[in-house]
Amino acid sequence: MADGITENIPGREFPIIRIAPSKGWVSLRLRELYEYRELLYFLIWRDIKVRYKQTVLGAAWAIIQPFFTMLVFSLFFGRLAKVPSDGIPYPIFSYAALVPWMFFSHGILLASNSLVGHANLIKKVYFPRLSMPMAAVLSGVVDFVLAFFLLLGMMFFFGTYPTINVIWLPFFLLLAFITCLGVSLWLSAMNVQFRDIRYTIPFITQFWMFATPIAYPSSLLSEPWKTLYGLNPMAGVVEGFRWALLGTKTAPGPIIIVSSMAAVLLLLGGAMYFRRMEKTFADIV
Amino acid sequence: MSDIAIHINGISKQYHIGKMEKYKTLRDTLVDVVASPVRRIGSVLGGRAASKKGESIWALRDISFDVKKGEVIGIIGRNGAGKSTLLKILSRITEPTEGFAEIRGRVGSLLEVGTGFHPELTGRENIYLNGAILGMNRVEIERKFDEIVSFAEVETFIDTPVKHYSSGMYLRLAFAVAAHLEPEILIVDEVLAVGDARFQKKCISKMKDVGQKGRTVLFVSHNMPAILRLCQRVILLEEGVITADEHPQQVVRKYLSAGTNTPALREWPDPKKAPGKDIARLRAVRVCTEGGRVTDQIDIREPFSVEMEYEVLKGGFVLMPHYFFWNEDEICIFGSLDIDPAWQGTPRPAGRYVSAVQIPGNLLAEGTIYVNAALNTMNPFKAQFWEKSAVAFQVIENSGGDTARGEYTGKVGGAIRPLLNWSTKYSPSENKERISAL
Repeated sequence: MADGITENIPGREFPIIRIAPSKGWVSLRLRELYEYRELLYFLIWRDIKVRYKQTVLGAAWAIIQPFFTMLVFSLFFGRLAKVPSDGIPYPIFSYAALVPWMFFSHGILLASNSLVGHANLIKKVYFPRLSMPMAAVLSGVVDFVLAFFLLLGMMFFFGTYPTINVIWLPFFLLLAFITCLGVSLWLSAMNVQFRDIRYTIPFITQFWMFATPIAYPSSLLSEPWKTLYGLNPMAGVVEGFRWALLGTKTAPGPIIIVSSMAAVLLLLGGAMYFRRMEKTFADIV
Repeated sequence: MSDIAIHINGISKQYHIGKMEKYKTLRDTLVDVVASPVRRIGSVLGGRAASKKGESIWALRDISFDVKKGEVIGIIGRNGAGKSTLLKILSRITEPTEGFAEIRGRVGSLLEVGTGFHPELTGRENIYLNGAILGMNRVEIERKFDEIVSFAEVETFIDTPVKHYSSGMYLRLAFAVAAHLEPEILIVDEVLAVGDARFQKKCISKMKDVGQKGRTVLFVSHNMPAILRLCQRVILLEEGVITADEHPQQVVRKYLSAGTNTPALREWPDPKKAPGKDIARLRAVRVCTEGGRVTDQIDIREPFSVEMEYEVLKGGFVLMPHYFFWNEDEICIFGSLDIDPAWQGTPRPAGRYVSAVQIPGNLLAEGTIYVNAALNTMNPFKAQFWEKSAVAFQVIENSGGDTARGEYTGKVGGAIRPLLNWSTKYSPSENKERISAL
């Protein structure tokens, strides 16, 4: 056997790991998460590799889902119900919102089952459990990128060109990620103990979709309701995407600020709750 | 203190187990339907387990011990004794309820091979993924990649999804990844229980390797020969408590004798209750070393004897004491009948007798041996006593290289293990001769 670098060198001291019952609210141990970043990388890589294995259409699914939803929305809301779309062609108006929305809803779906789906791993091996839902959410970025390319194609087709505001786009994607991870941490940790969660997720995403200005613009609301609408962080994300890409008239400043704060609170609360429940995962999953 | 790799101080672990509930009326059920989500949500947010009201059991109770750097420690005990819970706590999978442990160095746990393999990924991809899950970084995996592949003997299929692997290949690959993990502290649980004999052999020699490299190993197994061969110290857990922590042979003996309940010495002080009939009664059976000391542990190389002490109540009969030796698999290894020339065909007068049989070393295979002690009258042919499993003892084989197993450390089958002479004839291949002649 070749000698490893971890060969016991005399006098070499190793950091002491202390194992003791944790009391109350525990720290997030983000440093440890960083030390395990390669595991996170491999988990994301695996999720991406495996996602469309043994499907006929493969990665096309990443485009088919938002695209057909957009067609249905355009027909019923755009054409028949004549929902206003801030002066933008309705197909682009709804698709630009569906792209981040699909990233969010798929992320929740995958991440909330990530712990239960890897029960054998959790019962056998130690690693920061946070990396499981995190990897599930991050692996959705590939789908997002694919759907985003179609959005660019549609913008070209409809002759809508982005303004300078497009530099803000990464920020809105980050906001979508934070929101998604925050919700996922709550749901995945709860799902370990209560499998009810699995059945509530289709409802949650469905209700949440209609509570988010995807099929309609938030400009239908007047202040201060419009700003309060930002308490749903996805409202901020969707309006932000439209503003950055399609150049809707006014910058959605207040709604974004409210959304950002809500998303950060959601993530912090979720992470703390997750860490608090983490010690019971291996015993009850 | 720096030569201590693991310091465990008063660790206890409590599990809550849900109690069986009585039948409920419909009204109770309806009330529960309304009330329990509220209660449950309350307990979710409080971070408490929902079944707090249920019974609880202590899987571990006040466990304390230290493990020195480079020590190979075995942990044995019956199912449910808390061995796996202890390993789970030490590998940080679950938290202790009380107490603490301090671990110096990186811990690698080999709790089950193949955990985290994804069937859709190829062998190559799974090596990387599984390596990462077990705590290796990419550089480390890359450095060991070829070694892992050749150890697993899957070179040809390395780019095939593992779902097409045979179960043997799958297992070999999984073990190969885990075996090449090089942490300072290795925790191993029952890996030896899986796989064929060849795989177990590979596993044991790899474990020996790890131990010899100065790494600390915690090894849980039911495979006593493996424990004896690998460990310098053994801890016996019984119902969550350490009941022995010393030299492997003593602990293994304690564990096994607790299981068989058959001692190496059996005596019947009360002649009325002693097995036997009107002609003879059995008074004692013993397993002795050459020096005459009673022992329940026999070195495989050493000769020993089994003796039965009996009382002939009515003289004038030709008697035939005899023994049968059985192993754990309930195979009768051999029987031995009294052929002492002094008493062949000679009627025995009343009195006390001790009939002993000498058994040479290097005859029995390792394991637990049960002895039936019996005595017949020859004319008429009638049993006086026939004591099944009168005594039992362990045959222990250490790897010293001077036994029938030589340097091999894996499992050797068979009921007996005689030390036989081997010879090898060698003739150099002709091809080679021609090449060297050129």
